[in-house]
Amino acid sequence: MPHPAERRLIFRHIDEPGYTPDLACYLRHGGYEVLKKSVARKPAELVDEVKKSGLRGRGGAGFPCGVKWTLVDRKSGKPVYLIVNADESEPGTFKDRYIIHQDPHQLIEGIMITCWANQVKQAYIYIRGEFPRGARILEQAIAEARAQRFVGPDVLGTGYGCEIFVHRGAGAYICGEETGLIESLEGKRPYPRIKPPYFPAVLGLYQCPTIVNNVETLCNVRHIAEIGGEAFARMGTPNNTGTRLLCVSGHVQRPGYYELECGKVTMGQLLHDICGGPRPGRTFKAVIPGGSSAKILRFGERFKVRQRDGSTVEWGVEDIPMDFDSLAACGSMGGSGGVIVMDDSVDMVAALANINAFYAHESCGQCTPCREGSLWMKKISARMVHGEARAQDGDLLKSVADQIAGRTICPFGEACAWPTQSFVLKFGDEFKGYAEARKNRPADAVALV
Amino acid sequence: MNLKPETVQRIDEVITHYPVKRSAALPLLHLVQEDQGFISSAAVEWIAQKLELQPINIYELVTFYPMFRQQPIGRRHIKVCRTLSCALLGSHRVCAEFQQQFGCRPGETSADGEVTLEFVECLASCGSGPVVAIDEELYEHVDVARAGGLAAQLKQHTAARPPA
Ligand SMILES: Cc1cc2nc3c(=O)[nH]c(=O)nc-3n(C[C@H](O)[C@H](O)[C@H](O)COP(=O)(O)O)c2cc1C
Ligand code: SF4
Ligand code: FES
Repeated sequence: MPHPAERRLIFRHIDEPGYTPDLACYLRHGGYEVLKKSVARKPAELVDEVKKSGLRGRGGAGFPCGVKWTLVDRKSGKPVYLIVNADESEPGTFKDRYIIHQDPHQLIEGIMITCWANQVKQAYIYIRGEFPRGARILEQAIAEARAQRFVGPDVLGTGYGCEIFVHRGAGAYICGEETGLIESLEGKRPYPRIKPPYFPAVLGLYQCPTIVNNVETLCNVRHIAEIGGEAFARMGTPNNTGTRLLCVSGHVQRPGYYELECGKVTMGQLLHDICGGPRPGRTFKAVIPGGSSAKILRFGERFKVRQRDGSTVEWGVEDIPMDFDSLAACGSMGGSGGVIVMDDSVDMVAALANINAFYAHESCGQCTPCREGSLWMKKISARMVHGEARAQDGDLLKSVADQIAGRTICPFGEACAWPTQSFVLKFGDEFKGYAEARKNRPADAVALV
Repeated sequence: MNLKPETVQRIDEVITHYPVKRSAALPLLHLVQEDQGFISSAAVEWIAQKLELQPINIYELVTFYPMFRQQPIGRRHIKVCRTLSCALLGSHRVCAEFQQQFGCRPGETSADGEVTLEFVECLASCGSGPVVAIDEELYEHVDVARAGGLAAQLKQHTAARPPA
């Protein structure tokens, strides 16, 4: 059962008894009616609706979707591609998986509306390799939709044709980064491309203009086409419109996904009221608000934030509204919507060591600062946990991280530096006193590395 | 290369999905690995030839992408999630339990060749951790007791299988 505070738009039918991923079920629930109406409209009108909606990308960067679409280079005369980013690989994020496995036609309808709006004739869904069933479900759904002419050479008798193919990744996180993804889809190692000049909107897949959007973003497009951009923009808060699928994991009583209007719920309401608060006998210590790359927030820290009207407010972590701008104003980000919660049982050095191991494993290795730095950060933090901590290790970690961020081809450089920078900044005391504190660690402490 | 006829058919079909043949490299690697169990050097050469590429163009993929392997693995493939959300809820103990049950460390295969154990990165199911994938099946909220139960089930399957 959805929590009463939720506003279910995209997850309306997720985990609903009797709701199945087949076309018949989708049609019973009004499926593809929005596509029918959309192909009767001018593509430019739809782009306009999406612009008016204020929709921001749900994959991580929060870039305005309508703006992205208008950046597509139309002068080149080359075909325009759509790539659906279904890589869902940012640790802490687990929302697209439910859409893919339980409501694939919602995504396909969103894809087809997007393709019509941008006159795209070929779309690829890049799905992470660890979702083999998801890939089959999508393929099956596309075949069903094609048989009914929702997809294919003559969409709904309009003469407009568009195909969708599913392309499976093979276990590499960097394929979620859009230019790495494009290289991977071209059959290469997923080495991200440098921008400029390789902005996907200009030089994307096969050096053609390409739109890359996240699964959740494209589902939003379906709803925007249904209710109109203005109505959509009335949900959420200004500049942070619509709903957001928040994925809560770690130390709360009721982890899981929650679809909430952007910015209408604070971190405190989310974690205490909706997720049931900390485990018995525990208190919250820290939270990573937008996937493991986002800078950590420490319970007890205060943020002075300038509002849109020019006034200043002071917030604790609990007071931060869950939206892109508020989290950014507090020095972190909404990112992918993955909220990872840690209570007072957690050893922050060990938690960082766990995160660092992830980034060291996933660096593609093109840029020296990222390839070497991510490995050094992993080794230093692991050494600390394994009993050889030195008082200066926090500073050392920070100096390595500082030498990665801003010096790499792709944003993975920042993604791997931010955890270390923020952990050391906010839990510096724990890093300094680690050698001593570790000796008193309870015997039943949960191992993180 | 002795590929099943349906694999060859799917390979020929998937190549048509792309304007550039090379794009079919990952799909072909998946199909061949599903058919053969792993990617041999003969398979690398076969795929390269099929896509009009050099073997190095395929080999560099096999060595980069974690899901491709150059050796056969056990009959069953256990992947325990290692990443933070699952670790916070005890996935290291879960992995240790499998390790003890099957006598192999992460990255290894049990002596009887039945089970390969891996400690993998985030499986995108962090809200129901610790999670474990056994072949294509995802198991959620797996604590040590449940891991023991899953191991017992796997052992039962092995015992029940008629000798080859
Ligand atoms: C290291 C890295 C990993 C990423 N992983 C994902 C991912 O798994 N899924 C996703 O949708 N976007 C991911 N992104 C963001 C994409 O690069 C891209 O911004 C996004 O797919 C654009 O879609 P949107 O505008 O709809 O959000 C990642 C970015 C980086 C730098
Ligand atoms: S920053 Fe890291 S992941 Fe990105 S291109 Fe450079 S080495 Fe690869
Ligand atoms: S951290 Fe285990 S599934 Fe994401």
